[in-house]
Amino acid sequence: MSENIASAPAAGRSSSTRFLYDPKVRSIVFQLLFIGLLFFLVSTIVTNTTNNLEQRGITTGFDFLSQEAGFGILQSLVEYDETHTFGKTFIVGLLNTILVSVLGIVLSTVVGFLVGVGRLSRNWLISRLCGVYIEIFRNIPVLLQILFWYIAVLRVLPSPRQSLSLGESVFLNLRGLYFPAPIFEEGSGVIFAALGVAVALIIGLSYWAKRRQVMTGQTFPVFNASLALIVLLPAVAWFVAGQPVSLEMPELKGFNFRGGITVIPELIALLLGLSFYTAAYIAENVRAGIDAINKGQQEASGALGLSESKTMRLVIIPQAMRVVIPPLSTNYMNLIKNSSLATAIGYPELVNVFMGTTLNQTGQAIEIIAMTMAVYLTMNIIVSLFMNWFNNRMALVER
Amino acid sequence: MKKALKLTGAALALTALSGLSQASTLDTVKERGYLSCGVSTGLPGFSSPDDKGNWSGLDVDVCRAMAAATLGDASKVKYTPLTAKERFTALQSGEIDVLPRNTTWTLTRDTSLGMNFVGVNYYDGQGFMVSKKLGVTSAKELDGATVCIQAGTTTELNMADYFREHNMKYQPIVFDTSAQSVQGFESGRCDMLTSDQSQLYGLRTKLANPNDAIVLPEIISKEPLGPVVRQGDDQWFNIAKWSLYAMVAAEELGVSSANVDAMMKSENPGISRLLGNSGPGGKAMGISDDFAYQIVKQVGNYSESFERNVGKDSPLLIQRGLNALWKDGGIMYVPPFR
Ligand SMILES: N[C@@H](CCC(=O)N[C@@H](CS)C(=O)NCC(=O)O)C(=O)O
Repeated sequence: MSENIASAPAAGRSSSTRFLYDPKVRSIVFQLLFIGLLFFLVSTIVTNTTNNLEQRGITTGFDFLSQEAGFGILQSLVEYDETHTFGKTFIVGLLNTILVSVLGIVLSTVVGFLVGVGRLSRNWLISRLCGVYIEIFRNIPVLLQILFWYIAVLRVLPSPRQSLSLGESVFLNLRGLYFPAPIFEEGSGVIFAALGVAVALIIGLSYWAKRRQVMTGQTFPVFNASLALIVLLPAVAWFVAGQPVSLEMPELKGFNFRGGITVIPELIALLLGLSFYTAAYIAENVRAGIDAINKGQQEASGALGLSESKTMRLVIIPQAMRVVIPPLSTNYMNLIKNSSLATAIGYPELVNVFMGTTLNQTGQAIEIIAMTMAVYLTMNIIVSLFMNWFNNRMALVER
Repeated sequence: MKKALKLTGAALALTALSGLSQASTLDTVKERGYLSCGVSTGLPGFSSPDDKGNWSGLDVDVCRAMAAATLGDASKVKYTPLTAKERFTALQSGEIDVLPRNTTWTLTRDTSLGMNFVGVNYYDGQGFMVSKKLGVTSAKELDGATVCIQAGTTTELNMADYFREHNMKYQPIVFDTSAQSVQGFESGRCDMLTSDQSQLYGLRTKLANPNDAIVLPEIISKEPLGPVVRQGDDQWFNIAKWSLYAMVAAEELGVSSANVDAMMKSENPGISRLLGNSGPGGKAMGISDDFAYQIVKQVGNYSESFERNVGKDSPLLIQRGLNALWKDGGIMYVPPFR
């Protein structure tokens, strides 16, 4: 009935006007117009740019990616030397960016959670110390912090000849941190197999323990058992296989230490700078998340007889996570973006290597900057998607 | 990040400036009233500011000469300090009019970056500086050394070539500015500093203790350093070229800032043509006929500029060497003013 009434006055108008006034059609028309305009804008910019570059005699295109780079890079996770291509320098820079980002995310999360929880500790000293930490690291620009670690802390370490050493196998000097590298000889496959078995056993064990707890209410020390498995199984395998893993010790030869694994001070400074800065924000998020949980939850879990640490671990944190995760992804994304500050201290990540040296040697600014921007965009979208997925998983726990 | 933004901005300017027809650089400079000149962030002898912010150096003199030629006043220059990495984008995007920044003339730079090299104002070659403590006397003993280098330079490439050729390993620590490299060298992060040799002498004066460091004898490359302009404006290209030549020609003819006024009355046909009293002058380039007179009067001839900035009247004490005139055993040689 109501439909009839509504359409009655419109009956007099021509059908085409009615069509235009239909909100659905209108929204589609406007969206099409907008997309068309956007497309026009982008294509004008692109053609204009290529014309201009051509007019000014600037080479364009991506051919440079297959040319020989001809310069060395301080740290590379894949095989690289100056005979590789400019395309490879992109990979090397990208991997170095990913390396510092991943390490930074892990370290900042650990520190951030500890400080955030500590901030709410009943222990006056701990909570004050955590408060001071947050205020200091959050309020100093991150670039300054990176430079601080690099120049004020790592640069005053002794020279290679006077290295600080730990048992003559780990060395620290102003050229970096050196430690022994494991050399896997024949037969070390057994050790990896044992490691795999341990992981499988641990997964099975936690399933079983959970089911048992649901059925009978009895708990099982899963953590301790897992720890024992993951250490003992490979250790036994190592003995059984005749100790096929040896260590390559770093040794002072000529100007520097050679052999072993080197962590360059540029990486250490950048990692510490980024992580401690980001951790201060994460700590505040964690504190806010915990504060957001109703006090009643704590009292109720106390009334059920759960200890304080169990209350935190099993009741408060899981609920707090729902508040903590969304801002956490912003923190992670900022950390990734801030990693480009590396160029100030010469850590060879994407901006330093690719947007720095490669851009300068080839002169192809637009292509290189576009590729670099695409990388940061992609990395941040991946983080964001992952965190959304994680958030949804955590949200399911809600009652 | 600021640097990156600046670079991105410059690249965007390349896209955005599209469509606008390009006015001639000379007209732009005249209208603006000053020359915009890209220099280093501080390299003693070539381009460095004093404590009052006044720039001086061999490269700075090129800018001053061009300002004298185009605006009649050598002081009408605005200096933009640029790292090696930023310099070409700054020129391409029109942020600066000319780039005399100890920049090596190479095939790639000359042909695929949309710029043209004007000439050479200093013939250089890459060298090494090490701490005396190391007891090294030749670059061949540097296997395994850590090197501080500047990003985006020919130095990075030569270094790789040289070490590969001699089957040696090295670790490059790449910084944006020479100040950072010097700091890395002084604190011991790297065993040596490598750069164009003249610049090493310049940087050595910046060390807390210049006598603790030595410059090794090896020269591993050719580094003809010269000013660069944007491609596509031939008039501007010519002005830059002949401003540079005027300084060398003046030295050749014995005209200096001290005697140039007296030389205005000289009967010598070569001098008379150089100073614009006869011959073609600057008309065809759209500048005044006495442009060379202005340059010599306000900036000096090449020899004056050289000795004042890097030679015997400076702390660098560099010999003329290759940079002497062709008739004195060097390779400085310019086309005739006629
Ligand atoms: N001539 C070489 C190197 C030029 C260069 O940038 N050299 C350093 C010397 S360490 C410099 O001038 N630095 C001054 C600065 O950082 O502004 C080139 O054109 O690539």
